[in-house]
Amino acid sequence: MSEILLKLEGVHTHIGQYHILQGVDLEVPKGGLTVLLGRNGAGKTTTLRTIMGMWHASRGKVSFAGDDITAAATPDISCAGIAYVPESMGIFSDLTVRENLYLAARAGEMDTARLEWIFGFFPALKKFWNFPAGNLSGGQKQMVAIARAIVEPRRLLLIDEPTKGLAPAIIQGMITAFRELKETETILLVEQNFNFVCSLGDTVAVMDGGRIVHAGMMADLAADQELQQKLLGLSLHVHQ
Amino acid sequence: MNTTTSPAAAAGAPVDAALPKVRVDYLPLLLVPVMALVMLPLVGSFPTWVTLTFAGLAMGMMIFIMASGLTLIFGLMDVLNFGHGAFVSVGAFTATFVLLPMKGWMEADSALMNLAVVGLAILLAMLVTGLLGWAFERIIIRPVYGLHLKQILITMGGMIVAEQLIHVIWGAEQIPLPLPETFRGAFILGDAAVEKYRLIAVAVGLTVFLTMFLVLNRTKVGLLIRAGVENGEMVEALGYRIRRLFVGVFMAGSALAGLGGVMWGLYKETLTAAIGGETTVLVFIVIIIGGLGSVGGCFIGALLVALTANYAGFLAPKVALVSDILLMVAVLLWRPRGLYPVAKR
Amino acid sequence: MLTTLLSGDFPRSRALSVLLLLVLVGLALAPFLVHGARALNVAATICIFVVLVASYDLQLGYTGIVSFAHTMFYGIGAYGVGIALHAMGPGWGPVALGTAAALAISLVLALVIGLFSLRVRAIFYAMITLAVAAAFAVLASQLSDITGGEDGRSFKVPEILQPSFRLMDGEILGRAIDGRVVTYYLVFASALALFLLMLRIVNSPFGRVLQAIRENDFRAEALGYRTVVYRTLANCLGALVATLAGVLMALWLRYVGPKTTLSFEVMTDILLMVVIGGMGTLYGAVVGSALFILAQNYLQALMGQASEALSGVPFLSQLFHPDRWLLWLGVLFVLSVYFFPTGIVGKLRAGALARSQKSP
Repeated sequence: MSEILLKLEGVHTHIGQYHILQGVDLEVPKGGLTVLLGRNGAGKTTTLRTIMGMWHASRGKVSFAGDDITAAATPDISCAGIAYVPESMGIFSDLTVRENLYLAARAGEMDTARLEWIFGFFPALKKFWNFPAGNLSGGQKQMVAIARAIVEPRRLLLIDEPTKGLAPAIIQGMITAFRELKETETILLVEQNFNFVCSLGDTVAVMDGGRIVHAGMMADLAADQELQQKLLGLSLHVHQ
Repeated sequence: MNTTTSPAAAAGAPVDAALPKVRVDYLPLLLVPVMALVMLPLVGSFPTWVTLTFAGLAMGMMIFIMASGLTLIFGLMDVLNFGHGAFVSVGAFTATFVLLPMKGWMEADSALMNLAVVGLAILLAMLVTGLLGWAFERIIIRPVYGLHLKQILITMGGMIVAEQLIHVIWGAEQIPLPLPETFRGAFILGDAAVEKYRLIAVAVGLTVFLTMFLVLNRTKVGLLIRAGVENGEMVEALGYRIRRLFVGVFMAGSALAGLGGVMWGLYKETLTAAIGGETTVLVFIVIIIGGLGSVGGCFIGALLVALTANYAGFLAPKVALVSDILLMVAVLLWRPRGLYPVAKR
Repeated sequence: MLTTLLSGDFPRSRALSVLLLLVLVGLALAPFLVHGARALNVAATICIFVVLVASYDLQLGYTGIVSFAHTMFYGIGAYGVGIALHAMGPGWGPVALGTAAALAISLVLALVIGLFSLRVRAIFYAMITLAVAAAFAVLASQLSDITGGEDGRSFKVPEILQPSFRLMDGEILGRAIDGRVVTYYLVFASALALFLLMLRIVNSPFGRVLQAIRENDFRAEALGYRTVVYRTLANCLGALVATLAGVLMALWLRYVGPKTTLSFEVMTDILLMVVIGGMGTLYGAVVGSALFILAQNYLQALMGQASEALSGVPFLSQLFHPDRWLLWLGVLFVLSVYFFPTGIVGKLRAGALARSQKSP
């Protein structure tokens, strides 16, 4: 196995009086795409938010590229090279598509070649470049959110349920985009839609009840019907 | 400002028929001219109407200067500073440190000297209120982010203390603050008289508005502020420290209140510690009408409130006592969250 | 018996019980314990403010609504009775009519303001009430034909309440039983009854829903409570009781004016009393009002002496000038919101709870 980029060891997170993460152990290898599967309320989003420092772990350790970031502030974690696409997309609807991406470019100006590369995945962005992001459709907003995360090279992308509420045709386009993206970027992708990720993922972790209940290669899980049934039975029925 | 986009900056983006419509909400923009035109036949005499309208615009600009900072602070930080009026008072009173000792320059019949002394007073007032804002944010507001009830109580307490300290420092007597020599009198346009100082107030107000507009739309800091108004957490996730943005906006908003205080004090030509309290009420009405957090709405709201007050004062003085409340009720009946509701709030 | 009277809401702290009992006995016997008009005035003011502050706490402490229009409702009550008595002459008819009219106006205003702004946010409500109250104060001082303007109105109260009235010949414990004493007991009894009524309300199922809304309005809404309806009800209730407090004040002072009822200083006084006494406990209103009004009447004199003693020192003498009383209160207010958000009553109860847990 290759070098570990992100590592969570026994992470517990409380939100108010609720104990959401109950000892999460997760490793994300450098390069490729890791999928975090699990049904609603399993703690996937909380895991991402804990990594980003939006909620802080009450116990355990989060390390990124060897540095302990458990208690770091969100901007510092972001500057360390982690980009985050929240489930709600976090688009600035009042700002144009260009301005949305421009704010994500910390170097000051955006790299034209890289923009063209992004437009290759998401042609709609070029079309609506100077329009308020709030006026875009749900799928286009999702494109803005992902484009914002990759407008500059980052070391790790955290992407939360990008297919939620999108039409199948758009999901197909997104699969193509992710397939190319994972060649150059490291991605941790949270999903409920197993069909969407089973061909994409390199490694996979399954969450339930605030813990990781399975971790391994995606190919193994995709081949093992029985294991799928055991781990994801419920969510497969609900979300297929 | 939440409806503005800059298509002019389009870097050769292709435009085709399938583009989503840019929804610009024009209706509130029409309110000010429509109100002014409707009042013309009611007022009857054109010169009187010009004078009243100009008086309203000038007053509106001054209220806007005071209110803009408050609404921006609220939009970005979700903090409503009930002590905002204290910054208005402190600004006005600080100006006396310059204006009173330099009486000679004030009374000189030279526009340049007058401008210099007023400019210096404004600069000092903004500096002091800006620094006070910094301290206020650190000491009073920081511990109560996200706690609305405590915010209201604490900032109210801060206002009481500040008002009393003004009494301690400057005394309880009211201070006369005459206008500089060349700012007095009026220009005669046909039969209508327009006071010079009102012209200056309009100019300063427009400058503040345009500067704010440009900063918010054309600079990275401005974009970050607008982004932060909508989703502060995401701004942090992009790697920016929103706390610094908060402090900066709070200081700028406080300094603007200070500027407004100086303008208002010169307009009234006397200073009492009650200036903070009386402007607070106006400012609140204005930002409720505009939509909490919206700078553009605040601008329109300020003009509407001031014009209404002036027209009503002429047409029906008794009604003028509650004209701003009636205006607020009318606007809220039309749009329950103000003219330009900010999405998140 | 006591349980019924207090609606099962006991002080739950020995120190607090002693304090409350002291206030109760002190107020009940005030005409005979103290002498002079001023001391009796202090006692009556405490009685009225207990009601006023408790009704404010109904909104602030129990429901989480910040209103700056409480003095407006208080003023409506005072002006209602004052104007009626001024226009129609002394008699119980005008008192009843003025009270009824004031209650009706308060109810309508509270409903309208509530419907406008309670749906939105606490901050919205606070701002709108501030604006409306300011406008009301301006109206009261400008419409001088009706209200007497800045000077206010003096008027004659019903005969039995007039100072010249004698209930009996002779004196009890050195105090002649005149109309003032009768008025005092009218005020005292009304205040006690209103206070116990409010205690009953906050400890009823209705009161529990209010507290649930304050803690988490989403959850209360999810449980099926129409939070807007409850908030509006609490708001109206607070306004009505404040109006009655205004009526009592008018009867006691035989005068109404903008300074004593509508000014923002009265509003800040109420805020201070609620916070210092303890938000969310009606007993806080008792402790807060009693301490505050005593301090206001007797500490200010002390400040005057301090200021005189410091008269050589320019800045300090200003700081301790009796007119700067509000400065120190403001500081105290900010500090108590930070460090004692539960006020004196909260502190005493927490102390009692800690002790009882230590010694099982």
